[in-house]
Amino acid sequence: MANDMNGADLTPAELTVEDVTLSFGGIKALQSVSFTAKAGQITALIGPNGAGKTSVFNCISGFYRPSSGRVLLDGQDVTGLRPPKRAVLGMARSFQNIALFRGMTVLDNIKLGRHGHMKTNLLQAFVYAGRAAREEEELRREVEERIIDFLEIDHIRNMPVSVLSYGLQKRVELARALAMRPRILLLDEPVAGMNREETEDMARFILDVKEEWGISILMVEHDMGLVMDISDHVSVLNFGKVIAQGLPAEVQADPHVAEAYLGSGDPAALMKRLAAERAA
Amino acid sequence: MIIGTAKETYRADESLLTTQPQRVWLAIFAASLVALPFVVNDYWLYLTCLVAINVAAATGLNILTGFTGLVSLGHAAFMAVGAYTVAWLETNLGTPFWVNLIAAGLVAAALGILVGLPSLKVKGLYLAIATIAASFILHFCFVHFDGITGGATGINIPPLTIFGAELTTYFSLYWVIMPVTVLMVLGAANLFRTRIGRAFIAIRDRDISAEVLGIPLLRYKLMSFSIASFYAGMAGGLWAYFFRVVTPESFPLLTSIFLLAAIIVGGMGTILGGILGAVFMTLAPELLRYGVEWISPLVPNAGALLSPVRTVVFGALIVGFLIFEPQGLAEIIQRIRRFFRLWPFRT
Repeated sequence: MANDMNGADLTPAELTVEDVTLSFGGIKALQSVSFTAKAGQITALIGPNGAGKTSVFNCISGFYRPSSGRVLLDGQDVTGLRPPKRAVLGMARSFQNIALFRGMTVLDNIKLGRHGHMKTNLLQAFVYAGRAAREEEELRREVEERIIDFLEIDHIRNMPVSVLSYGLQKRVELARALAMRPRILLLDEPVAGMNREETEDMARFILDVKEEWGISILMVEHDMGLVMDISDHVSVLNFGKVIAQGLPAEVQADPHVAEAYLGSGDPAALMKRLAAERAA
Repeated sequence: MIIGTAKETYRADESLLTTQPQRVWLAIFAASLVALPFVVNDYWLYLTCLVAINVAAATGLNILTGFTGLVSLGHAAFMAVGAYTVAWLETNLGTPFWVNLIAAGLVAAALGILVGLPSLKVKGLYLAIATIAASFILHFCFVHFDGITGGATGINIPPLTIFGAELTTYFSLYWVIMPVTVLMVLGAANLFRTRIGRAFIAIRDRDISAEVLGIPLLRYKLMSFSIASFYAGMAGGLWAYFFRVVTPESFPLLTSIFLLAAIIVGGMGTILGGILGAVFMTLAPELLRYGVEWISPLVPNAGALLSPVRTVVFGALIVGFLIFEPQGLAEIIQRIRRFFRLWPFRT
C-alpha cells in the first residue's frame, strides 16, 4: 500500500453506488441506481441530457442526500458525510461549468486542493514560522514538480485564472483536483466545449492520471468518442435508471442504449453516428 | 526595470517580498515610521495614531469582507467591545496593558463568532442587516448594563502604564499603537500566504467548490468573523487608551460605514488596500481642511462658504474612486509598479 509521508492512504479507491434513489418533491431524479467504479479503472457514466448523471455526481460528492440507498468508498459508507469530509477521504471532483476561484492565480488555485491535508493552525499562520513555512514550501515543491510539470501549465502558473482559455481552465481544475491527493477522481464533463486538440490533450492526461498516478476515475461525458476510447467500463443512465453497463464495446452494441440516444433501438445507427462524430 | 528576481529555492519564491525594490521601499517606510514622531508636531502625531488605529480595524474588516466576502456593518460594535473590555480591566483589575489588549481582542472574537453564526445561511445584504442588528443589540447592552459599562456616561480610563511610566502624550502612545498595528498588519499578510487565508478567498469566490476541496464552510466563516472581530477588539482597545474615555456613543454605526468605505476605497481583498483606505479616509478630510485654510485669504467670507464644500469634495472623491478605480487605491499602486517593471523599455 502506498502511503505519503503523513500516512495518508494513496491507493486507488473503489466507489460503489448502491440502490440510490433521489427525489425532488414528486419527481424521481434517480431510481435505484447502482454501479461500481472499480479501483484503478476509468469508469464512464453516460446518458442523454437530463438522464440524471450530474445528480448521481452530486449524491456521490455529498451535495444531495439520496432519499434511499448508499454510497460506499472502499466499502466505507459515506452517504451521510459532508463534502469536506469526503474530500479528505480521497474524493476529488471537477465541475461541469468550471468552478475555479477567479480572483486567484493558477498556483493558488492548485494549492487550495491540498487544504484538507494541511495542518497549519491560526497562530502558525499569523507568524508564518515553523509548520506554516515548512508546509507551504513542501506544497509548492510538489505542486511545481509533480502537478504543474505533468499538466504542462508552467507558463501560466502566476496568471489569474480569469484570463485563461476554456481548455486551460479545465486543465487547471484537473490540477487542483490532483493536488487533493485523490484516490478517486470525479470528472464532470472534462472535455465539454473543447476543440479537438484540447480534447486529445485532456484524454492523454486522464489516461496518465490513471496509469502513472494510480487514481480511479469516474467521469460523466457526452463525447462518445472519448468515452469509448479511454473507458474500461461504461454505465448508461436514462430517465434516472441504469439501462446498460459493461465494456465500451458491449454498451455500444446494446439496443437499449441506441434507443435512449436515437429513439430507435438500432445499435448499427448509433455506431454510424459515433463514427461520423469521430471523423468530424 | 525589474530584473534578476529568479529564485533558486521554493522558500524564496514563497516569501512575502519577492523583489529587491520591494525590500528597499519597505525599509524606507519602516525607517520613516520610526523617524516620524521626532519630526511632526503633536497634531499630526495625533492624526497618525488615529490612522494607525483605523488601519488595524480596517485590516480586520478587510479579512472578513474583502477576503472572505462576508459583508459586515457591525465592525464598530466590536471595536466598542474591545474598548469596554480594556476600560473594565483597567479600572477593575489593573492588569498590564498587553493583557488587556489581547483580552479585548479575545472578548470581541468570542462575540464575533456568535454574530457570525447566521452567516452560513444569510449572505450579502441580508448578512449586512444581521450585523447591524447585532450592533444595535450591543449598543443596548452598553447603555443598560451600567454595572459593567457605566451606562450612558461610560467609563474613564487611566493612562496606559508600562513599567510604572504613564503614557499620556501622543508621542509616547505612538510607540505602543504603531508597533501593535504593524504586527497586526504583518500577521494578516502572513495569514494569506497559508492554507487558512486561501480558504477564505475560496469561500468568497465560490463557496460550493470550496466545500468540495475539503473546506468546512461554517468553521471557516466563523474563523473569519472571529479574526475580524479580534482585530476590531484590539483596535478598540488601542482607541480606549488613546482617548481615555469610552461611552456608548464612541462607536456609532457611522464608524462601521466609515471602515467599510475605507476598504472599498482602498481595495477589497488586498492587505495594502486596507491600509491605504484607512489612511485616505482619516487624512483626506484633514488635508481638505488645510486646502480650505490655504485658499481662504483669497476668498471673502471663506469659512462659511468653504466648510460645506470640503464635505462635498470628500464625498465626491469617494464616488470618484468608485467610478474610476473600482479596485481601489491599491490597484493604482500596482499599476505604478507594473509601469516601472518594464520602464524605460515600455511606457
